[in-house]
Amino acid sequence: MTETLTMAKAINAALADSLDGDDRVLLMGEDIGKLGGVFRVTDGLQDRFGTQRVIDTPLAESAIIGTAIGMTYRDFRVVAEIQFDGFIYPAFDQIVAQVAKLHYRSQGRVKMPLTIRVPFGGAIGSVEHHSESPESYFAHTAGLRVVTASTPQEAYSTLRAAIQSDDPVLFFEPKGKYYTKGEVDRQIVRDLETANIVASGRDVTIAAYGPTVDTALRAAIAAADEGIEIEVIDLRSISPLDVDTVVESVQRTGRLIVTHEAPAESSVSSELIASVAERAFAHLEAAPERVTGYDTPYPPSAVEHEYLPSLDRLLDAVDRTLGRRNSRTDLDYAAVTGAAINDGAAR
Amino acid sequence: MSITVPAPDPALAAGLDCPLTVLDLDGTRLPNELLDPHLTDIDEHALTNLYVDMVRVRRLDVEAFALTRQGHLVLWPPLLGQEAAQVGPARALGEKDWVFGSYREHGFALLRGADMGEFSRIWKAYAHSGWDPQEIRMAPSQIIIGAQSLHGVGYAMAAKMDGADEVALTAFGDGATSEGDVNEALVWAASFQAPVVFLCQNNQYAISEPVGLQSGVPLALRPTGFGIPSMRVDGNDVLAMHAAARIAIDRARTGGGPTFIEAVTYRRGPHTTTDDPKRYRDEAEVEAWTAKDPIERVERALARCGANMEAVRAEAKIRADQLAKEFRAACEHAEPPTADEIFDNVYAQPSRRLERQRLEHRAFVSSIEAKA
Repeated sequence: MTETLTMAKAINAALADSLDGDDRVLLMGEDIGKLGGVFRVTDGLQDRFGTQRVIDTPLAESAIIGTAIGMTYRDFRVVAEIQFDGFIYPAFDQIVAQVAKLHYRSQGRVKMPLTIRVPFGGAIGSVEHHSESPESYFAHTAGLRVVTASTPQEAYSTLRAAIQSDDPVLFFEPKGKYYTKGEVDRQIVRDLETANIVASGRDVTIAAYGPTVDTALRAAIAAADEGIEIEVIDLRSISPLDVDTVVESVQRTGRLIVTHEAPAESSVSSELIASVAERAFAHLEAAPERVTGYDTPYPPSAVEHEYLPSLDRLLDAVDRTLGRRNSRTDLDYAAVTGAAINDGAAR
Repeated sequence: MSITVPAPDPALAAGLDCPLTVLDLDGTRLPNELLDPHLTDIDEHALTNLYVDMVRVRRLDVEAFALTRQGHLVLWPPLLGQEAAQVGPARALGEKDWVFGSYREHGFALLRGADMGEFSRIWKAYAHSGWDPQEIRMAPSQIIIGAQSLHGVGYAMAAKMDGADEVALTAFGDGATSEGDVNEALVWAASFQAPVVFLCQNNQYAISEPVGLQSGVPLALRPTGFGIPSMRVDGNDVLAMHAAARIAIDRARTGGGPTFIEAVTYRRGPHTTTDDPKRYRDEAEVEAWTAKDPIERVERALARCGANMEAVRAEAKIRADQLAKEFRAACEHAEPPTADEIFDNVYAQPSRRLERQRLEHRAFVSSIEAKA
């Protein structure tokens, strides 16, 4: 049986069902109780489960994570909320040096069944620190699982799995999609390590996650009008990354585009393209492309639409992988890079 | 303009100028209104036990230092001089209580019952931790300064939520009091009235930096600004430390919330075996603190009680030597981890991606062996 829910409500349902199903689950975060969260994702949960299980905390991100670690020694499963992507950095040490490593440090004797929820991504017209995509910092760290969701169903199923997992999970929620609706079946709980092919196609593979999955699907529809078949993969888990699924797809299509809102440098696309090059080099018929945020700090939101991956930027990249005329065809890089390396970049 | 320092809890924060002491340097028992009621059961036998504990802790420390110099351990952070600051509180804890300490908490590890063979693996660089945390109720030792204070507060919050009769003690040094985590831990402990004891061993140095660089006021004053009662205690006086810890633990256990103890002590050795303290402090300072030795002070006290010191010393020596012998044997016979273990326990649920790397590494090792 399914119900129609916004992503915010789907996450709320996943939290409620987790609290309901396991009395060791508890929620901690800033403004998650009485207010119901700044996005209302935790709306009503404190009323239903009480202040002992839905805990409003002082404003100290390192302490939210650090005390959650202490609670896991007593077998609590804490779901910690970091209010915004750009507010996670004070907790970086506790996440990277403690949460990620305690299971390893203790030779498997300390389990870290901790879920860290982080609203991430842009396109919400906000001010600085409210639209970032910091997932790569965490994907780089062994011991953490880093997952995302693209639909209300994925959000529900992923969060349930994250809370049930004995591994620590960072769940990056695409806040720009919080209020989009979709069908949700509460029986579905998914694993935390497989990608999902959300559209099949023979010509080009687009790998996306979180908010860019929708953009990729729209690109697939637009390209279909021109007879181009795009396969869209929702990576879902960005660490560990399901390279197998992408490699299999690229073996069919020969072309790969990776898209995310985070900047390109040392990112999920860097990792995925490198991995595909290692394992499917002979199958590639064009250089892999990426459509990402630029290598700048997140810009003022008045111009964020120029910064974020868009349908048109994706279609432009599709043209490049197919050797068709595109925005860079006549581009002269010499002015900034020197003529000597002005070669294959403009195809 | 003068700055008004918040007044500490008058019931507890005595001794701001002169730390709370009940054993004088010459071993005479000084009356102390706050601490005495918590020492009524400490007779000659109990004091002897604390003495033997301290002798064993010191012997472990001295042996480990020697083993490092002899190449059996890669590193050792000595606690010489801090035996009372650890033994006093460790012996005040109940079996179910938890310890969240730093990397210098060897006294706690020993007295909580860590297997010394496994413990030595940390300092041989064979393992990142040296005991089963649930078994001895002590979290893995912590190298990131102050990070464990939050874990201790979290544990205490959880124990309170469960209605458990348990206390968390978190131990850290003077340098840690400057870290954000320790300050956040104080905020949280106060807000949630967590049953936690903050044990700050002020050993006067954070590697080379004197405590004056961390704070212009006694460290024991700081928690009072967070609304946490605080005591400044002679950290080289095992009885004072024992009594102060009992007060703090009892407050926590009976719903009184957090308490902070500053143990004023001194790290007579280097920060670690790679450190050179001659670059930052005078030998005269070390000598002055050596005169306040926590173990000799108890010997004098026991002698004043009329104890047969020859027998007490002999008994302590037998037990300390036995410990040292076992520790040395464990160090000398430990098996290093295998390369394959690098890949173990990264995740509770193994990852396909990581298992590929393990497979590749095995293949590489096999190929080298085949060539050899």
